[in-house]
Amino acid sequence: MASIWEWANPRKFMAWTDRALPLLSVLSACIFIIGLVWGFFFTPDDYRQGATVKIFYLHVPSAMMAINIWGMMLVASLIWIVRRHHVSALAAKSAAAIGMTMTLIALITGAIWGKPMWGTYWEWDPRLTSFLILLLFYIGYMALWEAIENPDTAADLTSVLCLVGSVFALLSRYAVNFWNQGLHQGASLSLDAQENVADVYWYPALVAIAGFILLFVTLVLLRTRTEIRARRLHALEMRERVQGQ
Amino acid sequence: MIRLFWRDLALAFRSGGGFGLGLGFFLILVTLVPFGVGPNSERLMAIAPGILWVGALLACLLSLDRIFALDFEDGSLDLLATAPIPLEGVVAVKALAHWITTGLPLVLAAPALGFLLHLDSAAYRWLMVTLLIGTPALSFIGAFGAALTVGLKRGGLLMSLLVLPLYIPTLIFGAEVIRRGAGGFLVATPLAMQAGITAGSVALLPFAAAAAIRVALR
Amino acid sequence: MKLISVKNLTVARGGMPVLEGLNFDVSTGEILVLRGPNGVGKTTLLRTLAGLQPPYEGTVDAAPDTVAYAAHADGLKSTLTVRENLMFWAGVYGGRDIEPALRDFNLDSLSERPAGNLSAGQKRRLGLARLMVTHRPVWVLDEPTVSLDVASVALFAAAVKAHLASGGAAIIATHIQLGFEETVFDVTPYKARMDVVRDDFDEAFL
Repeated sequence: MASIWEWANPRKFMAWTDRALPLLSVLSACIFIIGLVWGFFFTPDDYRQGATVKIFYLHVPSAMMAINIWGMMLVASLIWIVRRHHVSALAAKSAAAIGMTMTLIALITGAIWGKPMWGTYWEWDPRLTSFLILLLFYIGYMALWEAIENPDTAADLTSVLCLVGSVFALLSRYAVNFWNQGLHQGASLSLDAQENVADVYWYPALVAIAGFILLFVTLVLLRTRTEIRARRLHALEMRERVQGQ
Repeated sequence: MIRLFWRDLALAFRSGGGFGLGLGFFLILVTLVPFGVGPNSERLMAIAPGILWVGALLACLLSLDRIFALDFEDGSLDLLATAPIPLEGVVAVKALAHWITTGLPLVLAAPALGFLLHLDSAAYRWLMVTLLIGTPALSFIGAFGAALTVGLKRGGLLMSLLVLPLYIPTLIFGAEVIRRGAGGFLVATPLAMQAGITAGSVALLPFAAAAAIRVALR
Repeated sequence: MKLISVKNLTVARGGMPVLEGLNFDVSTGEILVLRGPNGVGKTTLLRTLAGLQPPYEGTVDAAPDTVAYAAHADGLKSTLTVRENLMFWAGVYGGRDIEPALRDFNLDSLSERPAGNLSAGQKRRLGLARLMVTHRPVWVLDEPTVSLDVASVALFAAAVKAHLASGGAAIIATHIQLGFEETVFDVTPYKARMDVVRDDFDEAFL
């Protein structure tokens, strides 16, 4: 009873997310807005980059989420493979579209930021290229989900793809670094870096990141609920068909 | 398993598709590139390593969906799955047969096509070496992609979508070896990385592919 | 001697249980003929027995390498000759001698023809001849007599009898009378009930 896996039972999941979602939605909306408003309007302009630096509050969190969502999908896939929790597989499926959107946001905001900074929207820079590759992985993963009719088969095959894809995504990251040394600055935020962004930028950035994380959690729960309902509908249809015979 | 290997080779030879088709495609692709980018020999020389690798990759992709799809359609895959040879072995043998009928001819034909693209004379050696080391990875990664999409309608297109991103590291290191070889630089690092990817793919992907086939047959 | 033993077996197709509560044993020299209307789950049951899909519930007990499976598709390569097709499968199962199989299914005269040139019935005969080169004790057959003429059905029945006499067994889904002392097992009463709630799979979503 005390097992945390209890929470992954579809019925139980529906029950607790039903209670948690309203609160979570409000919370994530608040934090998200606070982070962005603080970042956009209440931070000084950068002495070199001017106001363009503020796109940072969209670019960095979305880029972080793009990578971390793939990591979450990997964990969810592993849970599905090992413990066969349906909700886990459906959560991975739900996360993929959000991850792809985050990747797109990171790419687009990067391009918008890149134009004034580097004088070009796109450069075959290792980081940019890696994100493009990540986008391809997301697209492939989602396409495989869509192509397979039987939901359990789809969950199995996409999980295997996620595992193998993760290895190759890491390899690609390394290979791309090797292939071209880029324009992109190093990681903007890290805890131990000597040279970090100033505190005035750093705190709103943290809030914005928290907002993105909460937004992701909210969306993934919402989408997983939709997927569970779709599965339920599918199960009802199947039963009807079998009983009709 | 040896028997399966010979059967796959015999099938590829007799149906004619596996052997000639990939090579022909490779040739056409390399012929088309100068039409697209112009006949300037210096420009061709600069892009030759990339074109040869991308061409090899696409030619390889062309015949991938035949690895399992035909056996799935005629029921052989069901029977092979219940046979006393492990499915991982079946995958490995089929990928190997695919390499011999597709990858190896590409390796052998590549110098002639490199000639068409004015490839730097110092690079020929590295072209052969890197293709020889890299193309097995293409077959094994491709076998994994084919296993994921076996039994799907219109699986071929989806398979390209899944497999091509997985080819990126092999492509990068392969083209890099030729580029460095042509410039007279050290090639050890990219070559070692590529060999590592091939070794890893050959050793591990048959397990993933066999798991995918078991799921698909269920 | 029991060759295959099924206990409390439930089989599922596409995540939905179709047959449940199956219990039966098949011993040396026995034939079990499965009957039931189309779509009731005979093929699913046979695929489960062959190990192609996992049981939904319950167990299938058999020694490893017991079952030889033959379904609607014969697994023939049209560009290979009859002999090459059979040699291939014999090789996969570690044998070499395909002559008895060719003889018993009257394929001698066709042995050098490419399988692609055979008629549907001849292909079926070749597909069934494959069973003989597997040297496995339990034949699990899904509608083996489709597209066979009367003479070929007789050849098939004789081959099954010889197989049983040599200590084998067979589980066959078929609608025609093959003329041996078979145990008929009608699966219709085992159709899975839909009004019970199960813990797993799609049912958990209801």
